[in-house]
Amino acid sequence: MAENSRLHNSQLESEPALAGQEVERLYSRPITAILIILGGLVALILALVLSVSFGAMDIKFLMVWDAIFHFNPDLKEHQVIHELRLPRVLGCMLVGSAFAVAGAIMQGMTRNPLADSGLLGLNSGAGFALALCFAFAPGLSYSYIMMFSFLGAAVSTIVVVVLGASVRGGLTPMRMVLAGVTLSALLTALSEGIALYFRIGQELAFWYAGGVAGIRWEQLKVMFPWVGVALIAAMVLSRSITMLSLGEEVSKGLGLRTGPVKLAGVIIVIMLAGSAVSVAGAVSFIGLLVPHVARKLVGVDYKWIIPTSAVLGALLVVLADLAARTVHPPYETPIGTMIALIGVPFFLYLANKERREL
Amino acid sequence: MKGTMISLAEVRRKRRNTLVISVMLIGILAAFLISMNTGVIRMSPLDVVKTLLGFGTAQQHLVLFDFRLPRIIISILIGMGLAVSGAVLQALTRNALADPGIIGINSGAGMVILLYVAFYSSPTAAPAYLLPILAWLGGGVAALLVFIISYRKHKGLSSNRLVLNGVAISSGFSAVTILVSLRINPEQYQFVSTWLAGSIWSKDWSYVTALLPFIVVLLPFVYFKSQTINVLNLGAPLATGLGAAVAKQQIWLLAAAVGLASSCVAVSGSIGFVGLIAPHLARRLVGQRYQILLPATALAGGLLVLVADTLGRWILQPSEIPTGIVVAVIGAPYFLYLMFRTKG
Repeated sequence: MAENSRLHNSQLESEPALAGQEVERLYSRPITAILIILGGLVALILALVLSVSFGAMDIKFLMVWDAIFHFNPDLKEHQVIHELRLPRVLGCMLVGSAFAVAGAIMQGMTRNPLADSGLLGLNSGAGFALALCFAFAPGLSYSYIMMFSFLGAAVSTIVVVVLGASVRGGLTPMRMVLAGVTLSALLTALSEGIALYFRIGQELAFWYAGGVAGIRWEQLKVMFPWVGVALIAAMVLSRSITMLSLGEEVSKGLGLRTGPVKLAGVIIVIMLAGSAVSVAGAVSFIGLLVPHVARKLVGVDYKWIIPTSAVLGALLVVLADLAARTVHPPYETPIGTMIALIGVPFFLYLANKERREL
Repeated sequence: MKGTMISLAEVRRKRRNTLVISVMLIGILAAFLISMNTGVIRMSPLDVVKTLLGFGTAQQHLVLFDFRLPRIIISILIGMGLAVSGAVLQALTRNALADPGIIGINSGAGMVILLYVAFYSSPTAAPAYLLPILAWLGGGVAALLVFIISYRKHKGLSSNRLVLNGVAISSGFSAVTILVSLRINPEQYQFVSTWLAGSIWSKDWSYVTALLPFIVVLLPFVYFKSQTINVLNLGAPLATGLGAAVAKQQIWLLAAAVGLASSCVAVSGSIGFVGLIAPHLARRLVGQRYQILLPATALAGGLLVLVADTLGRWILQPSEIPTGIVVAVIGAPYFLYLMFRTKG
């Protein structure tokens, strides 16, 4: 991080033309942001209705409305909507918002454009903890599973942070990604070993690639408070994250106590990534993709980036899930794969942008 | 006076290199005997030697020659192939963190094999010699993609970009692989999941004969090029200055590295980190000169995979842990340690 900002400064000093561009890039568009958030919410509701009505059993739009507001347990359609599809769509929304906001916070705090909870190994840490749960304590209640998921995410965060702190000059974005990928490889290998030994491979594999099909109300009930609290905390913290994103020195100069802010940020990220992984599996690239799009749209102020990311992330996952069910019915494609197919080209674009040597 | 000192140092270095190589050979031999001895049917080392010389019982003969020996030979060949491929890639990209897995070769080769398995037949029915060739195709496409994306007109190859793009292309290919693997029947799925975890599944002599030509042709080819690799390792501008046809040599060596890695992946499944660890270990022991580094790397790789395979069969007897998992558990921490040590 320190090296990054040094690089940044030297660029500013040596190339005045670039400096002009850098200043110009520090814009914020509150009105656009509000419009996008409102538009996104409307689109989200439309996507919800579409997603609920679409499936192995075709259900009319009006029926969806009825099922939500005048629930009649005698009707089979209402049952399907209420028990299977609605929790699934709501789960997708929560997962999308959680991954996207976690990515936004990580990118802001580390000033690393490639930061993402999947790429940095948090998701596979949570995944490994879950594999342990499945193997050694099958039938554990969902709240415990989520706790273990938090724990796993926290452990791999600590590994990445310690690595970052102990390398002289800090980890460059590339090294951070490499460390994350390696950590993921290690944890995934261990999870696979456990899965093969305990013969829980099939369930784990689908879950690993992103299985939102199994989301039920009881999981949502446990997950919702965590994600909700973390999102609100992220909003509260957004001002400080904006300062941090300007660089360690700048934010200290502006009177920010960076230590506590970073700690709070890390805790929020662990809560978000851990709870999302515990229901949807180790899905990468959402946290990479969405905040970049949000930043392009609404500017550099995290007060707007975070809510925009939350809405767009939710929209992305709901649509990806819809697509995943449409591609090859009646089979389901894991959403992690769908998102990787969009995320990989985007990652390539980011990593190969001119001017930025990572 | 000065001349004698240099030659003294030279002699000392040569003696050290000979020592390193012979220790590795002894290590492989020891691992070979232990591996021969590992399995459900117990055999004393003496019995193993007896059977190898042709004095064993029919059952011992069957177990050793039809089950264990092909697997051991495949392990050693794979280790050698992946390790040398990694060493060549590290020189070509001048990036100490390059590895066939990271550059995307493993996942490219893996995807093609899976497509073949999914759409044509079961892996066992496939003619063994076809698999390495298919894998070479997939690995080549992946490597080519990564190199084209990372290439800049005036700056040449940026080694950091190469690694990042490799990571991305790898996950793209893996995503497609998962897409395909979910559509196949459960029986094929079982095969696919163990294959993806890097299990040396082909214990058949036909796979030895399928893999052997690649190794026998490509390893000496790379070895004869070791002086060129030394020069390329200095960087493209300097290498051009020294009179090497840089682009041409790079392409030949790249094709060889891809061929080695993909043919190994075809037989063994995706085993990562060998191409990374073995060259590093060898470099620490014998130094930078590729004439000696390449043989040392090959031996280190062979030893590593053989030990990992034996461990994988031994730890949870009678069930097996795929070799790829064992290698990853050894390799990933070593990789993190390397990153931690080298400065950005």
